Amino acid sequence: MEPAMHADTPRKGSLTAADRAARALGWFSLALGAVELFAPGRLGRAVGLEGRETLLRGYGVREIGAGVAALSDTPAPAIWARAMGDLVDMATLAPAARRSQGAVYALVAVAAITLIDIAVASALTRQTARSAPPRDYSDRSGLRAA
Amino acid sequence: VKALVWHGKQDVRYDSVPDPEIEDARDAIIKVTSCAICGSDLHLFHNMVPGMKPGDIMGHEMMGEVVDVGEAARGKLAVGDRIVVPFTIICGDCDQCKRGNFSVCERTNRNKDIGDKVFGHTTAGLFGYTHLTGGYPGGQAEFLRVPFADTTHVKIPDGISDEQALFLGDIFPTGWQAAIACDIEPTDTVVVWGCGPVGQMAIRSAILLGAERVVAIDRYPERLSMAAAAGAVTIDYTAQNVHETLNDLTDGKGPEKCIDAVGMEAHSPFTVEQAYDRVKTAMMMENDRPHVLREMIYTCRPGGILSVAGVYGGLVDKIPFGQLMNKGLTLRTGQTHVNRWTDDLLHRIEEGEIDPSFVITHTASLADGPELYRTFENKQDSCIKVVLKP
Repeated sequence: MEPAMHADTPRKGSLTAADRAARALGWFSLALGAVELFAPGRLGRAVGLEGRETLLRGYGVREIGAGVAALSDTPAPAIWARAMGDLVDMATLAPAARRSQGAVYALVAVAAITLIDIAVASALTRQTARSAPPRDYSDRSGLRAA
Repeated sequence: VKALVWHGKQDVRYDSVPDPEIEDARDAIIKVTSCAICGSDLHLFHNMVPGMKPGDIMGHEMMGEVVDVGEAARGKLAVGDRIVVPFTIICGDCDQCKRGNFSVCERTNRNKDIGDKVFGHTTAGLFGYTHLTGGYPGGQAEFLRVPFADTTHVKIPDGISDEQALFLGDIFPTGWQAAIACDIEPTDTVVVWGCGPVGQMAIRSAILLGAERVVAIDRYPERLSMAAAAGAVTIDYTAQNVHETLNDLTDGKGPEKCIDAVGMEAHSPFTVEQAYDRVKTAMMMENDRPHVLREMIYTCRPGGILSVAGVYGGLVDKIPFGQLMNKGLTLRTGQTHVNRWTDDLLHRIEEGEIDPSFVITHTASLADGPELYRTFENKQDSCIKVVLKP
């Protein structure tokens, strides 16, 4: 049995740029979630969502959940979930953008973060994918033939 | 010298570290010729086990050539000897060592006070495995200081290659002890959860110890094919119901002997259970994901034996202890007492009964180590066991 030789170019560390970005997004989620959960009134006034505090608190819980999951050792699903959440946020902000400058700014910011989320989630998915077909090790008994 | 150094979760780097030196008369220094990445290294990689500090050198599966020997170890070791270094550091003198309970040596954990607080009573010092077990630098490095070297070694004769001998330091005796703990009888069905390196060794150990049938459970085709190569019946738990399949194989009675070769990071095919453990571990309300423990207790035949070789870190939740008690199951566990088994296992290798190198799927330089941690973590490239050559 001939062991496979790994011939890729070595890199110095195991942590990738996508990992680091996922962690930054995780901490961002936690911070945003905390604001949504504990200061929904002020946030609502800033982004044209006055009177929708309960909805913002719900979004806060969602953000905190995504943040915790993004800081785990398998962050890709959480970053994809963030991207989906971004779409929900944009759908919520879009009607308010007709009457609130704050909502317009928020909408642009969320759109930019959506692109970042999608880029990071795609990179994480690629780096953890099992792309090659599984090898057959059925010739590797290791035991003396009977 | 160069070494693989832990810097945080999923962050292992190929760094320069200070040269190891003789610090005690019982020490030796080895030039590491081969080392491996263990499945339990992944628990540290995922920061699942407390007590790692940035700068800690990884690795507890290693062998090499002795290049320096402390004065008190000179009768037992000499420069030029080829040795496998057991992952458990043993003094050879304490009550536990005298009983052969080497993995719970009372003297080698230099952070005994922490070990006593965390475990109730300390366990042995371990290489490269947190400050709870001594904070000893590990063997994924060019050179290694071996404390208590006069007792903490297995001499390897020249006719045995590194690849054949290396796993005497951990995974082979771990799988062997897991099978020994099952008190295997000729009519037994032994089920092994997890077909990673320890699972593969447990499968072959159960066969060598005379089990009538060995069943291997995993989800990765390459691992199942390697298990089948030894003669195991395989179950893909993502495609088959484990409990029903094992009942079908045992006339509805369940297997007599069950081995957990998975441990704290088990995946459950049941979405609710998986989500439950993921959320609780993320919220630090549970240390481990004990799906295999739950399934073994439920599936095992009453009066059977559960043998736990997989590593657990702390608190687990929703363990059906009532089932365990009412079914009269015996639970055996522990880190393997490496040196209790190595004479026998080395003899079996020399006799050609088993060649543990079957499990090696990737061999690379130490510098490739960080990348191979990711490959191994993600089960990419059909990776089962990585050996690194410093």
